[in-house]
Amino acid sequence: MDTVKQRQVQNQELEEVSVRFCGDSGDGMQLVGTQFTNASAIFGNDVSTFPDFPAEIRAPAGTLAGVSGFQINFSSHDIHTPGDRVNALIAMNPAALKTNVKDVETGGIVIVNEDAFDKSDLQKAGYAVNPLDDGSLSKYQLYRVPIEKLNADALKDIAGEIGAKSVGRCKNFFALGIAAWLYNRPLQPTLDWINGKFGSKPTIADANTRALKAGYYYGETAELFPTRYKVAKAKLTPGKYRKITGNEALALGLVTAADLAQTPLLYASYPITPASDILHMLSGYKNYGIKTFQAEDEIAAVTAAIGASFAGVIGVTGTSGPGMALKTEALGLAVMTELPLVCVDVQRGGPSTGLPTKTEQADLLQAVVGRNGECPLCVIAARSPGDCFDMAIWAVRIATRFMVPVILLTDGYIGNGAEPWILPDPSKFEKIKINHPEKAENGDFHAYARDEFLARPWAVPGTKGLEHRIGGLEKENITGHISYDPQNHQFMIDLRAQKVANIAKILPPLEVDGPQSGDLLVLGWGGTYGSIYSAAERARAMGYNISNAHLQFMNPFPSNLGDVLKKFKKVLIPELNSGQLRKLIRAEFLIDAIGFNKVQGKPFLIAELLEKIIQHSEKR
Amino acid sequence: MHTDGSLPVLTAKDFTTDQDVRWCPGCGDYSILAQVKKVLPTLGIPREKFVFVSGIGCSSRFPYYVETYGVHSIHGRAPAVATGIKAARPDLSVWVATGDGDGLSIGGNHLIHAIRRNVDMKILLFNNRIYGLTKGQYSPTSELGKKTKSSPFGTVDLPLNPITLSIGAEATFIARTLDADPKHMEYVIRRAAEHKGAAFMEIYQNCNVFNDGAFEYATVKDMRPDTTLYLEHGKPMIFGKNRDKGIRLNGLSPEIVQLGNGITEDDLLFHDEKMEEPTLAMMLARMRHPEFPEPMGVFRAVSHPTFDDLLTKQVDAATAKLGRGRLADLYDDGETWTVE
Ligand code: SF4
Repeated sequence: MDTVKQRQVQNQELEEVSVRFCGDSGDGMQLVGTQFTNASAIFGNDVSTFPDFPAEIRAPAGTLAGVSGFQINFSSHDIHTPGDRVNALIAMNPAALKTNVKDVETGGIVIVNEDAFDKSDLQKAGYAVNPLDDGSLSKYQLYRVPIEKLNADALKDIAGEIGAKSVGRCKNFFALGIAAWLYNRPLQPTLDWINGKFGSKPTIADANTRALKAGYYYGETAELFPTRYKVAKAKLTPGKYRKITGNEALALGLVTAADLAQTPLLYASYPITPASDILHMLSGYKNYGIKTFQAEDEIAAVTAAIGASFAGVIGVTGTSGPGMALKTEALGLAVMTELPLVCVDVQRGGPSTGLPTKTEQADLLQAVVGRNGECPLCVIAARSPGDCFDMAIWAVRIATRFMVPVILLTDGYIGNGAEPWILPDPSKFEKIKINHPEKAENGDFHAYARDEFLARPWAVPGTKGLEHRIGGLEKENITGHISYDPQNHQFMIDLRAQKVANIAKILPPLEVDGPQSGDLLVLGWGGTYGSIYSAAERARAMGYNISNAHLQFMNPFPSNLGDVLKKFKKVLIPELNSGQLRKLIRAEFLIDAIGFNKVQGKPFLIAELLEKIIQHSEKR
Repeated sequence: MHTDGSLPVLTAKDFTTDQDVRWCPGCGDYSILAQVKKVLPTLGIPREKFVFVSGIGCSSRFPYYVETYGVHSIHGRAPAVATGIKAARPDLSVWVATGDGDGLSIGGNHLIHAIRRNVDMKILLFNNRIYGLTKGQYSPTSELGKKTKSSPFGTVDLPLNPITLSIGAEATFIARTLDADPKHMEYVIRRAAEHKGAAFMEIYQNCNVFNDGAFEYATVKDMRPDTTLYLEHGKPMIFGKNRDKGIRLNGLSPEIVQLGNGITEDDLLFHDEKMEEPTLAMMLARMRHPEFPEPMGVFRAVSHPTFDDLLTKQVDAATAKLGRGRLADLYDDGETWTVE
């Protein structure tokens, strides 16, 4: 112990750190990443995470295709992204090193599990020579740690009891221990988790505990690291917090909306990456009046949700790009029958099967216009994990108020990414008013009569005297009977469009950060908010007089969007697609907006956005 | 409801809408509509509790002609829409009107899944062995070699048997009837209505415009006794104008036998619609014209838990165990921390 006391470990205070754990998909990287995040959040940092995993459940061990990573950014101030550059990388094998090291900042920390750098694993990763020896990593602080061996040593007392395989499985906790020491993370939250998880298997709990502590003490005693880092608590709004992913927040938002509407909700879905977590979560909320239905396919999921809406409950379906394509015809039915329906699209890389586990924003046009016929509906988009909660409530509010389908766009990045979330006070929410008429006004019931917003009545089966039939054929105005009349068709086309346009009347105006008029407006939408906002803030801090605004309501747009756009000489639209919002803005406002487009299955880096902003602005 | 709490007495007329029925004159659909409207008022269910759901096709116009709630949905998806309705509102009596194209081709997947889940819905499959609404292409039940607009040289597709399909999907109620025998259809519809679970009915329906006489062998009155076999639970399988022929089991196959000459009713197969094992139903389903008389009536009627009941029970059990969920508890879940 004396040596420990005498050691001169430097302590350094940092404002913001980005750490990435990476390894084989069987190495438990998502788990330790989550634990590291929890410890940081509970400690009081602001956090933002980016899990990045392969599409294959178990790609061959040691290959590049099988690498799974989890990045977490934690800081002493407000942050909105998982961080551009990685400050510290923990790589469990050569493949993980190879695919991730390029994201590490120059001079950054690279900790490798040296034991995995044998001939066969090097070969699987495509290394002709061992990168640990050839000087190729000289621009990083490289730490070679025999993690497997050290882990096995730490567990040798119980190896006979649990077996070599279980011992090996603990190595991720050893790695977590090193990282926890390096960044002064508390161990208690992870220890509590281990005990909760393996409570019924005390030896496994013991093994993981030993591995975690051994890693931590290794950092303490091995004299490997000259510096130990601290990141102070962030000054966050006071309140009770939890960590939340976008998919979790969306599920909670739907439950909340059902409660605010005092109306049951049916979530019908077919498993699809990266939307399945919403189904998983909601299926556990039966006691909140939520029913879930795992349908036989995407079409059944959306049509069952439509059936549920017809029957008077809130019908919701959720999917990702390919599933959206399959739901197209049914969305048209919901438009024609004017039923409240919420359709969640957690966007992923496309086209076709595309990049199932990667993020993209390329379903915008599909959502806005991708149906046969003139088929307007409402499209809204969440901008951060926590915002998925609010947007889910908006979706239900709009759908039920206007009797219209609402597509809620999120994406893999915010769906799986996490941030701290302040627990809201349910009593503060505005109720969602549902009106199921109970009898016909003046004797005659008309299924397609209109209120002041042009919404039709939501009369539900079981109500005597309001029996009616609806369907996909064109409706006669007011009565809702089938009509092939040309004038009526034109009238109904216009009416449905006007009804959707009317939604703008209840939407909040678009807000602009920075100067309210000027040379450059950076206009974003959906899940890119964190990076665009951060880049714009940095630009302003550097003296660039630029503004940014972020759209959450895509169809209709907020009523003031046109006015906002007119106040700027240039409009720059960064999107993770080839320019879909830009197309809509150009078409609607005749503005020559500039695009900044990236379609690589990855979120924007703050740095690349900043560079683009600077390129289009003048310093004042 | 009447003030004394009893149900109002309804008649077929109460179920008639103000919409003109637009099927071709002479279409078998009229007979089906008439029988459904005859049965509905007698079920003791208030009119507003019925929901008719359909897809696309001639049969799918059905909901417009029944004065209840109705959804004329999109092609093939009626069973899925109906599942959503029943999952949301188990108190409703949900009916599906579909056809051989709608239910067995584009919507085959939904049909088998609604059946295997045993969702409490009544499925009327109008089988006319043709696409009527699109003016005469062959359907999944058209006979091999059939010449139609889209198969001028005859089809090269082997047809699907709706009954064997429904057995494969573990249907708890399976029946067959025909438009030309209204009394029998009424009986079958009533049996289906009274069944708890997915009730699948194949109805031979004549499309007199595009496939006239497809089931002539079974519908022409004096041929029918020899070409069909009316199933009765617990009764021997006898058919024929003189009720002198029967179905006997020979090894694992059915055979037609002439009664008399030492062969008595006791030698025949006895129908048992309540058999859990679907073997008998399958054997009957595979008896096709002209080799065999085609069975009419209830092939199978067994009792299994329904999807909607199980779902309701799950919700009730969760609520009883955990109490009605409160939002504050929903949010305050897992690890939390407080920022002062
Ligand atoms: S086309 Fe055939 S099935 Fe359709 S309505 Fe006419 S007769 Fe009936």
